[in-house]
Amino acid sequence: MLKLITPVMQVVEWPMRALQRVLGPRRLAWAFLAPNLVLFSLFAFLPVILNFVYSATGSDHILLRDRSYVGAQNFAQLLNCQSYTDPNSCRIDVFWRAVWNTVSFVVLQVTFMVVFSLLTALILNRKIRARGFFRAVFFFPVLLSPVVVALVWKWMLQDQGLLNATLQNLGFGTVNWLLSPGWAFGWSVFISVWAHMGFYTLILLAGLQAIPRDVYEAAAMDAAGPWRVFRRITLPLLMPTMVVVLVLALIKGVQTFDEVYAFTGGGPGSATMLVIQYIYQTGFAGTPRLFGLASAASILVALVLVGLTAVQLWLTRRNANG
Amino acid sequence: MTKFKRVLGTAAALALLAGAAQAVELRFECAQDGNECDTMNAIFQKFTAQHPDITVKMDLVPYKAILENLPVDLAGGAGPDLAKVTDLGGLHKYYLDLSPYVNKADWEKTFGKTLDWYRAGPDDHGIYGIQTQLTITGGFINKTLFDQAKVAIPGPGATWEDWAKASVAVAKATGTKYPMAMDRTGHRFAGMAMPYGATYFDDKGNPELGDPGFVAAAKQFVAWNQDGTMDKNVWAAQGGATYADASKEFINGDLVFYYSGSWQVQKFASQIGDGFDWEVIPAPCGPAGAGHCSGMPGGSGVVGFKSTKHPKEVAQLLDFLAQQDNYATLEAKSLNIPAHAGVAAAGVKYEGASPAAAKALNAFAAQVPTLSPVAYAYQGYKNNRAMFNITVTRLTQAIVGELSLDEALARMKDDLAQALAAAK
Repeated sequence: MLKLITPVMQVVEWPMRALQRVLGPRRLAWAFLAPNLVLFSLFAFLPVILNFVYSATGSDHILLRDRSYVGAQNFAQLLNCQSYTDPNSCRIDVFWRAVWNTVSFVVLQVTFMVVFSLLTALILNRKIRARGFFRAVFFFPVLLSPVVVALVWKWMLQDQGLLNATLQNLGFGTVNWLLSPGWAFGWSVFISVWAHMGFYTLILLAGLQAIPRDVYEAAAMDAAGPWRVFRRITLPLLMPTMVVVLVLALIKGVQTFDEVYAFTGGGPGSATMLVIQYIYQTGFAGTPRLFGLASAASILVALVLVGLTAVQLWLTRRNANG
Repeated sequence: MTKFKRVLGTAAALALLAGAAQAVELRFECAQDGNECDTMNAIFQKFTAQHPDITVKMDLVPYKAILENLPVDLAGGAGPDLAKVTDLGGLHKYYLDLSPYVNKADWEKTFGKTLDWYRAGPDDHGIYGIQTQLTITGGFINKTLFDQAKVAIPGPGATWEDWAKASVAVAKATGTKYPMAMDRTGHRFAGMAMPYGATYFDDKGNPELGDPGFVAAAKQFVAWNQDGTMDKNVWAAQGGATYADASKEFINGDLVFYYSGSWQVQKFASQIGDGFDWEVIPAPCGPAGAGHCSGMPGGSGVVGFKSTKHPKEVAQLLDFLAQQDNYATLEAKSLNIPAHAGVAAAGVKYEGASPAAAKALNAFAAQVPTLSPVAYAYQGYKNNRAMFNITVTRLTQAIVGELSLDEALARMKDDLAQALAAAK
């Protein structure tokens, strides 16, 4: 290997030394960082800046030169509500329906996700038969495409789907799961938990395995019961991992789009429309394409995500400092 | 000798370069609908045989790319030379005016009112596109179910309510799951709204979603979805303006009456086969009276774009496609209803169509002369897609109970104002 690297280094050495003489050792670091910074600016900073610029413009034209400056009008439209808890009183009612759907979705999804992931991780951490197989089974849905997950569940839950056929064969009445706002929303949460639980289970499992065994042995010698061991040892020592899982699940929950969109399309009506779907439909799938309104909505969502990330950093640091 | 060879070689190279400079390749973007793009491509090859210096490169793309990517490409100046489009008025600002290159009077005589669908408004007299696929919305019935139920099929002039009553009676007698269904789009809903007297435009020609006819149809449609006359799954189980249809239910024999359009004929002919007898019914009427029994026209057309570097060649190609024999070949092979007056008058001998399909296509073709002026105006209005989407989104909210019908109608008015302001 060294034989290969040495000639390359000999070729590179001279220009590097020359560059160092010109720039000095401190500035040379910037020369190395420059290509990455250019790419990062182009694909990360520029879209963010453009998003802010678009949010202050109107019309359905895509090129900035054709768009008119409207100031904060898009934000004003989105935030124009008599009562934020009643979407019907809002100028853009669908946005607020999507916001409240997202809040309910995140609360339910994150709660179930953390609880079920923890339970699964606790079970898979025990010496059970075929433990490797079950770990793979729980992780498998994470590998599937969200659209595949959504379509498979849709085939099972549609009016003449597998679940209703089974219920009918067993002599029960059928339910039109996708026509009822409550059921459609409930199933969306369930599918999302089912699809992503394996990922969080894996993180918690790693956290559980990092807990020193001697602490449990000491507890066993003191005749501590399983519930007490869980409450006093497992949970406190797992807390740093739990915080990571909680915040990751929260951020992912707010960003949910593909599987719910493919599963219900946001329906019935707007019962399962989440805020990212609203942004997509307003900016790209609707006619006319309201890029300004979609950009403004995406900035509001970004602010929420920045807040959640700040909470994560604060909690992580607090945990690290004991 | 060597010197001579060098001169000869240079001359040959220059001749080749000159030839290459003159050769024109036109990029044509097309979303396959049945075999329409392939048939067009074969006609374009014939064109190239006559004009060896002009070749056509066809890019087959998904329909979604035509709806969502093409407008963005055109806005960025990176569009193709020509494309098959369905948002006929919506993309007007990018169209190439063929008037300087074609016989305008001939085109006016041949394609008549469909030319308006590509224009900016009544004051625009340009020639922008050729309607290759004329579609008409209309009703299909499962005739076998009517026969089994011994319910008489409503005759010509029957209203939407007559069809609803008959369909419910058939569904009840035969144990069929759904009496009626309609595709989830504002375009199809217009086929029901016009017989109820919907005008879609006020006296000054401004678009509106809330005239008395429209309100009456909306009220009836919501009621039919709520009482089970209409298959609620089609409209209510979706969100936003997502398209949904009930072709699967009709093909499976789970539906008595299906309001869709002429583009379903090929699919029904091939997938239903001998399963049951089906028919195309005359356009249902409504409270507005006999003059308003009309479906909605639509379809797709081929347009050139003004960003092309070869406007003359694009016009030549479209003019070639518009020639009666070429156009007749296209319609006969792709099983479409012709928008070309000469081809329509001569009749189309559909190739490979089953007797049921041919009968259905001719039944739809017979409805073309009776299409309402409102239907032509609405189809030709450049912001009609926004109106379609608003209708679907808000009517669905009324069906599922998120909004009352009055609230939904008020929201439609606001949404339309916002859309028109953005589209200015």
